[in-house]
Amino acid sequence: MSDTHSHDPLEQAGPGATEHRCDDAIAQLQAFLDGELDEVTVARIEAHLQECSPCLEAYDFEAELRKVIVAKLREDVPGDLRGRIMSILDRLESEDADSADAAS
Amino acid sequence: MADQAAFAEQATPFLEPLYAAALRMTRNPADAEDLVQETFIRAYRGFGSFQDGTNLRAWLYRILTNTFINSYRAKQRRPEQTELDDVEDLYLYRRIGGLEAASMGRSAEDELMDLFTETEVKDAIDALPDQFRIAVLLADVEGFSYKEIAEILDVPIGTVMSRLHRGRKALQKSLHSFAVSRGLADDEPATQPAGDDPTSGAANT
Repeated sequence: MSDTHSHDPLEQAGPGATEHRCDDAIAQLQAFLDGELDEVTVARIEAHLQECSPCLEAYDFEAELRKVIVAKLREDVPGDLRGRIMSILDRLESEDADSADAAS
Repeated sequence: MADQAAFAEQATPFLEPLYAAALRMTRNPADAEDLVQETFIRAYRGFGSFQDGTNLRAWLYRILTNTFINSYRAKQRRPEQTELDDVEDLYLYRRIGGLEAASMGRSAEDELMDLFTETEVKDAIDALPDQFRIAVLLADVEGFSYKEIAEILDVPIGTVMSRLHRGRKALQKSLHSFAVSRGLADDEPATQPAGDDPTSGAANT
């Protein structure tokens, strides 16, 4: 990976088809992880990732980062919030029932 | 047309994620509880206009988001920032992506789980301006599609993509600054040869 011919997505220097494919893969990374790309683009990127370990590593990093962010954002609902909302909904329902009765 | 009597049964399973989203929107537990409560009241009242068979979860998030924007954001009186600094792609990976190579056999996920505390991740999210924070939450935490987010926020899909793009990069920059402040990461990209990239001008100070 460290030889000068590696197609590292982080190295901008040097023209060529491989760099272009790396640029393409990195540009599409977020949309790929979001599941928002069409099949043809997905296939093109998957083919590239199979032969380009630096891009694959960058993809893996971003995917794992998202998982970690989600895991760290978990919150416990305050104990009484569910009960409070249920009783509000019960009250609204019975008020609706009363006004329906009154109207009939 | 949906039956209001069925509302509680159908909607309350979404209470936990709605509360978590409300807390990240309001950044305050008391406001988050009020916001969720208000959301359920509005959703109950509006349930008659909800089309059975369509996306109840997205509909509830739309009410949550609108209620937040109309009621709570105004109350918080923070000047609303609408632009973020431009940050390069792979900002965090360029700076800490090599860490897992140093400890063989551990995944990037394990390394990142250890690298950032819950408080740091929450603070990094909370630091994003509202419109970027909400887009990132809806996509990365709630898993909504661009189209669903566009409908929830009532903006074009292109706007959703741009907010996600910038919001995620700003988030990575915040996370990186936490890692630097704890001495766990270098300030500059480690993977790039010095002098190779004229765009990383931060070193010239």
